[in-house]
Amino acid sequence: MMAFFAALGWTTPWLLWALLPLPLIWLLLRVVPPAPVLRRFPGVVLLLGLADEDASSARTPPWLLLLRVLALMLAVVGFAGPVLNPKAASDGRGPLLILADAGWADAADWDKRRIHLQAALAEARQAGRPVAWRALTGDLASPVVFTAGDDLAGLLAAAQPAAWEPSDDGMAAFAGKLPEGDFDTLWFSDGVARAGRAPLADALQGHGTLVVQESPARAFALGPPEVVDGKVRLTVLRAGPGPARGLEVLAYGLDPAGIEQELARQGVSFEAGDRAQDVRLDLPPELRNRLTRFELAGVASAGAVVLADDALKRRKVALVDGGSVREGLDLLSPAHYLRQALKPTTDLIEGTLADLLAASPDVVILADVARLQQDDADRLADWVDQGGLLVRFAGPRLAASLAPDGPLDPLLPVPLRPGDRAVGGAMSWGAPQGLAAFPEGSPFAGLVVPGDVTVGAQVLAQPSPELADHVIATLADGTPLVTRKKIGSGQIVLFHVSANAEWTNLPLSGLFVQMLDRLAISSRAGKAEAAALAGTVWQADRVMDGFGRLTKADGLAGVAGEDLGKGLVGPLMPPGLYRSDDRHMALNVMTADRVLAPAVWPAGVRVEGPAEAVERPLKGGVLAFALSLLIADILATLLLSGRIGGVRRVGALLLLLALTGFGQPQAARAQTADEVERMVAAADGMALAYVVTGSQEVDDISKAGMFGLSTVLTLRTTVEPGEPFAVDLDRDDLAVFAFLYWPITADQPTPSLDAYRKLNRFLQSGGMILIDTRDADLAAGGVVTPEGQRLQELAAGLDIPALDPLPGDHVLTRSFYLLEDFPGRFAGAPVWAEAAPATAEKAEGMPFRNLNDGVTPVVIGGNDWAAAWALDDQGRPLFRVGRGQTGERQREMAYRFGINLIMHVLTGNYKSDQVHVPALLERLGQ
Amino acid sequence: MSEGATHAGFDLRHRAEGLAAGLPPLLAAAEHLAAALQQGLHGRRRAGQGTEFWQYRTAQPGDEARRIDWRRSARSDAQFLREQEWQAAQSVQFWADGAASMAYRSSERWEDKGHRARVLALALAVLLEHGGERIGLADGLAPPRAGRAQLMRMAEALSLPGEGADYGAPRAAALLPGARAVFLSDFLGGFDPVRDAVLAAADKGVKGALVQVLDPAEEEFPFAGRALFESMGAMLRHETKEAAGLRARYLARLAARRDQLAELGRATGWSVTLHRTNSPAQGALLWLYQVVGQDQGLWR
Repeated sequence: MMAFFAALGWTTPWLLWALLPLPLIWLLLRVVPPAPVLRRFPGVVLLLGLADEDASSARTPPWLLLLRVLALMLAVVGFAGPVLNPKAASDGRGPLLILADAGWADAADWDKRRIHLQAALAEARQAGRPVAWRALTGDLASPVVFTAGDDLAGLLAAAQPAAWEPSDDGMAAFAGKLPEGDFDTLWFSDGVARAGRAPLADALQGHGTLVVQESPARAFALGPPEVVDGKVRLTVLRAGPGPARGLEVLAYGLDPAGIEQELARQGVSFEAGDRAQDVRLDLPPELRNRLTRFELAGVASAGAVVLADDALKRRKVALVDGGSVREGLDLLSPAHYLRQALKPTTDLIEGTLADLLAASPDVVILADVARLQQDDADRLADWVDQGGLLVRFAGPRLAASLAPDGPLDPLLPVPLRPGDRAVGGAMSWGAPQGLAAFPEGSPFAGLVVPGDVTVGAQVLAQPSPELADHVIATLADGTPLVTRKKIGSGQIVLFHVSANAEWTNLPLSGLFVQMLDRLAISSRAGKAEAAALAGTVWQADRVMDGFGRLTKADGLAGVAGEDLGKGLVGPLMPPGLYRSDDRHMALNVMTADRVLAPAVWPAGVRVEGPAEAVERPLKGGVLAFALSLLIADILATLLLSGRIGGVRRVGALLLLLALTGFGQPQAARAQTADEVERMVAAADGMALAYVVTGSQEVDDISKAGMFGLSTVLTLRTTVEPGEPFAVDLDRDDLAVFAFLYWPITADQPTPSLDAYRKLNRFLQSGGMILIDTRDADLAAGGVVTPEGQRLQELAAGLDIPALDPLPGDHVLTRSFYLLEDFPGRFAGAPVWAEAAPATAEKAEGMPFRNLNDGVTPVVIGGNDWAAAWALDDQGRPLFRVGRGQTGERQREMAYRFGINLIMHVLTGNYKSDQVHVPALLERLGQ
Repeated sequence: MSEGATHAGFDLRHRAEGLAAGLPPLLAAAEHLAAALQQGLHGRRRAGQGTEFWQYRTAQPGDEARRIDWRRSARSDAQFLREQEWQAAQSVQFWADGAASMAYRSSERWEDKGHRARVLALALAVLLEHGGERIGLADGLAPPRAGRAQLMRMAEALSLPGEGADYGAPRAAALLPGARAVFLSDFLGGFDPVRDAVLAAADKGVKGALVQVLDPAEEEFPFAGRALFESMGAMLRHETKEAAGLRARYLARLAARRDQLAELGRATGWSVTLHRTNSPAQGALLWLYQVVGQDQGLWR
């Protein structure tokens, strides 16, 4: 309490003297009773002669007295202008440079940070100081210019934290570029230690005072994942010792439908003072291969998001051996070296090809396998065609099987000459060949070729014009060593040497493992790869912003593998997911060896604590309270004098006041019970639902439209929908609906991620959304209406299949009425529905194709159907459609479209299946 | 009669008929209320003067030949007489208090007492008129007559502006001997005029009912705080510093007044009831209708 008063200041303290006469007012109030109320009352005749029992009741009751005096007191106090945590006026005079780290560590509480920044700017402008502002993660190259700060307010309001942190080099460069002359600096620090801080601080102090505003280092970050003992290990870091705190690590990945979902979550608790905690997620390999990212729940910062890449994936590699040589001679087996190379990083499976293909491996390695059974070969070819990676190694058996004019083996990337070629043997002239440097464009480009790797024998490719396109590695003399051919979405790679040490010592070298790596057979993370990344160019696929949100990366320049390997994020290389060829690599904010520590400032720097207690004027609150007391006094006076009847009514009035003023949460809670009831009602019968857009007018039309369609359905069909249902996408469960009408307005808010998830589930489970842009598709010539534009934005998150303008033989044209077009209030605009499969064939003897298995998940158009359907309570149309009789006919057609639509939703392709009735009858007859 | 009053008369009658129109189930229930002595629509249940057919009876010696119903007799060997049901019309006279105090209502949600009293009186009159009774006002403005035109006259008379006095006294000078009377008032004014009027009526052989029409506020006295009470005509005043303190004593006085009324009823054989303006008028109407019917039974 005392602390509260200590934190209180006054704008006009002398007004408080007005409190002195309060006791006098007390006395005055005490003696003046409330005035009598004149009441007309016939029963007065029965009152005549009755004396009052208690004369003292004429005095003002003490509690009312207290109320009034309190109200007066508060009014005086309020006008005196109380201020909580008043700020001492800043003493600086000269120019002020405002700096902020604005990195990922600031992102989690960026809003608060921005408020402080804006407050600092406002204060400086009020004091008439020239201001300049720089984010240390932003553009530091341009010179600092002090201005009046008019344009800075907008800049600050739009400032966003970067996904990286200020670089030491950048800060050093900035220290050298500071403007001449004296100025003060206000540095909003994120509290994480960086080597570049001290030099910059020194430089700034050379120009004037440096004040650092820093909240205690509370930034949380998530280190990159690694796989340890089959578990995914992540490290949660905290920038400084803090209080105990519980966090959750969420793992996201793609579900079988390709939609990102939470796959696992694991709690982690920080004791007071803890700086780092390990989290281990035990996931089955299938789940682990699908991981896309990890997040610290509730920490919106790029540092708290870690992207997963190939490093986490363990590929399933099927290894097929040409047949055991002799028992026990492992070192001679071609599979041995592959096994050793792949075991640590992949899931190896071995067996017969037929069994292995059934296990759907990612990679199949045939080590010196010459002949495959015909059906095995066919299946393998299919598997490659669908995206498999087949890696073959040559060997004596393969060499022996090559006949001069034998049929071309489709599972070899290039035609091979019969027999093998031996170089550097006892019977040959040449010496064993070394490897040439890998050509540009080859997946192996950039790998360092050790000099001691030689090839003594190999199989040779048939020279042909296309050969060069397939070669990705050659010997020093130019003969192809590794060839590759893409087939369908998969590829076949042939090493022209054996996988054992018989023909070459390549399998004995580290290069062998790196080459397998580059082929995305195995993959490993870590710095060790930095060298192995040399020569590759990586393109950003998706990048992260400061808050850890992923966005599509467009137009970012490619990044050299060497830089990527260093893992230093910055403006040119934002964190995100990079790809090169078939490989993915995640660039995360936190590197494995990054340690977070609280910032240390050089002596002489004034470090201010968290300015949590923002100056807060209390005048409004106090006056409002005084006013509410005065209102209470009026109510009480009226009650006492009996002008308002009964305590109950006053109670109700007070309750009403309380509800309007403070009752939002209660109202919200009361809603949930309502909610359940609403949902039960909606699930009870079939309800036509419409999406609430936030525009009262549009919502009313939707409601009237659904009501109109429901009425017409009830009149004409056996479908008897219940009350139309207003759906709030964020709140309501869609599972109880079959049909959703979604009018698009240009300023409609985007549904939340959760809402999209619900919508997609709704679409997948057979629901239909009728999307209506209500603009008659008026835009022509490549222009898009605002609604159309909004629709594109809104629909981006929806799982919508390919669309086509509704073909004339779509089941919608005959699910109840026979229709040719689908007018609403407007007519003629094309209506779009799920595209028919290309294989659809014309039904025999019928004027339409066999189409539309299932319900089209969306129907999109702009004919403003709801307005055409809309009826008021009396069953009269709300809007005019067209003119006269023609218009009424159009309205009728609109209703027929609505009925067809609902019939289609409820019966699917039933009418299409009617085509088969003659055939079925015939079959029954037999 | 001014045009305005005529219009008000129409209005009042219209409303009263509306109220009475809701009663056919009441009529049906009344059949079960038995008593072979009911009058009007129900008939006397015995042969006599009247227009309604009662029964055929075989001709007895001494019956006039012209009374034989030949049409009936032609269908059998015996001669039959056609007998009419015996009906007798009764006079019922009303007094609805029109004093200033009756113009009171404590809430917009219900009517004032005077209006309720007039509607009740007229509704009963409508019912009785259907039964063929003669109806009229006790103060002589509309002497008892039968027929629907009489309803119009009554409605007009009832719609005349009140006397202006604070509290009303029964104006029963025109009561016919042996008639029925219904007095509707709040009976808050002096009690002596009421007693005198009822005793005088009883002396003439008039029986009837007293309906005390009160506003809920008068029943409950929901006042508190400092207040200055004033009668509707502003003749009487009473100031109090704490109205709530008067409540118990006010209610006691009201109860005493009710006891006086009940005592008067017992002494003269009149029925007494209380009707609150916030309760439905149908209840009071049913009660009145039963009471008047019962009175008929007593009279016989």
